[in-house]
Amino acid sequence: MAAAKQKGKQRLAVAKTYKIYIGGKFPRTESARYYPLEDQQGNVIANVCRSSRKDFRNAMVAARAAQAGWAGTSAYLRGQILYRIAEMLEGRREQFVSELRLQGVPARAAEKEVDLAIDRLVYFAGWADKYQQVFSSVNPVSSAHFNFSVLEPTGVVAILAPESSGLLGLVSNIAPTIVGGNSCVVLAAESLPLSAISFAEVLHSSDVPGGVVNLLTGFRSELSGQFASHMDVNAVVYCDGGKKTAQAVQEAAADNIKRVIRRTGLNWDDDSTQHPYLVRDTQEVKTTWHPIGV
Amino acid sequence: MQLVSNKLPDLSKVPTVDEVGVDERVARFQSRSIKTESKVAALKLILSMIDLTTLEGQDTPGKVRQLCQKAIHLHDAMPGLPHVAAVCVYPTMVGVARKTLGDRDINVASVATAFPSGQAPLSVKLDDTRMAVDAGASEIDMVISRGEFLAGNYGLVFDEIVAVKEACGEAHLKVILETGELGTLDRVRRASELAMHAGADFIKTSTGKIQPAATMQVTLVMLQAIRDFYYDTGRMVGMKPAGGISTAKLAVHYLVMLRETLGNAWMTPDWFRFGASSLANDVLMQLQKQATGVYQSADYFSKD
Repeated sequence: MAAAKQKGKQRLAVAKTYKIYIGGKFPRTESARYYPLEDQQGNVIANVCRSSRKDFRNAMVAARAAQAGWAGTSAYLRGQILYRIAEMLEGRREQFVSELRLQGVPARAAEKEVDLAIDRLVYFAGWADKYQQVFSSVNPVSSAHFNFSVLEPTGVVAILAPESSGLLGLVSNIAPTIVGGNSCVVLAAESLPLSAISFAEVLHSSDVPGGVVNLLTGFRSELSGQFASHMDVNAVVYCDGGKKTAQAVQEAAADNIKRVIRRTGLNWDDDSTQHPYLVRDTQEVKTTWHPIGV
Repeated sequence: MQLVSNKLPDLSKVPTVDEVGVDERVARFQSRSIKTESKVAALKLILSMIDLTTLEGQDTPGKVRQLCQKAIHLHDAMPGLPHVAAVCVYPTMVGVARKTLGDRDINVASVATAFPSGQAPLSVKLDDTRMAVDAGASEIDMVISRGEFLAGNYGLVFDEIVAVKEACGEAHLKVILETGELGTLDRVRRASELAMHAGADFIKTSTGKIQPAATMQVTLVMLQAIRDFYYDTGRMVGMKPAGGISTAKLAVHYLVMLRETLGNAWMTPDWFRFGASSLANDVLMQLQKQATGVYQSADYFSKD
């Protein structure tokens, strides 16, 4: 900068506009509202979209439209695509590390978080064509039936991502949801939203069909009620948040008996938060009674 | 048949259409702010203007009966809803539809005249029309011969409409211009004038089988033609956009356009219809959203 000043030319920095991700596109919030994100010194580092309930509604339409096609792809292909996301994230490792640091995460921790996020994607990519075998069953019944239970994706999952972990927590909730054939609408962490939007760019270049993952930024207090009450949501995952949020989400979700999955107080760095039960959480069990020879 | 095309107006005198102006006017209709109460009233009006339609090769009597049940029971969980204006089917299905609807105040509309292409001799078209009317259709949706129109045989197209109108007897005649095949707004305007002078009770944009189907631009041009025809002759003609109007929001934009082009006199099912199949459920979902404050899911509304 100093050298440039001496020559009398000063280059203007090109700041990134952080927009939301709906149906494979990056629109601004329809409400035209935003909130400033500050670093620890109080400098504004980005203006972040403050999504409205209409943005959520639009994202739901995109997620619903994409779900059947995504569920219809082979497990093998879904695994490959998840692995592709990991590859893309690996290629942009430095960007994600510096973005986490910008949001106040210490250097070591930032590097560890990005590495773990990549590894976690590979982990769930591996489960794509295996969770069905582990969780399905042939059931003994006392009649002339062949009786078996298999998993099916629940549909569209609304996710309130962890407040504590901007990238790893986000990835740890999205990956098990989509690997099982669901689509999702995700509200990024309010205080750590930048990685989420950059992660959307990674998804966008990883053969994930538009609409399978939709990412919003904004205020939890404003949107959690909508996430829980929208009748087209099949399951709502909420991470962190106090007792009040928990109660509000569960009450609103009761209207059409959504599946409610609570993931609070988890340490996403830990191996204990890496298991196939996260996949099963957003699956429905279908049991078939098939008559056999009389 | 006696030729009547000497009543055909001089179509070279029909005003030309400013396409840029139409685009800008249409954009304005879509930027109106509509408050909650007005929105609910508009949604109910839209429901009452819908011609619930099934026009598929795979239509069966069972499918048509199901559609009629949908027309009768739009969403019984919500009291105070109007019923749709009509059920629109192929001529062979008119009898089934009329029987299922009974003596309810829901019309049976039938497409006729070798729908959707209109490529058949006039005698076949007239038989098609008479058969539908005899089976109980009170509204006939005919297609014009686009090929003849584009070739400049306006007199022939005019005579056909007059003949079909005669074959309709008491039944209302809607004339489908199939604007997606006409190409320019100027031709849409000319075809509108031709159809109205030939005796159309309604003019209708599309069959729904050709893309683009109804657009706001095309509909505005037709509404303007209706307005000018009314000033010239004192006769009101109805309008029916059909095909591609599947969301409540878009339908409300059409109502705004109707209100600001033709005024309140046309804001009834007698003078304006939507030809649609999936629009009804979206309107119902919006009404339910207004009542409960919660966004709705198609899972909880009966399919037609």
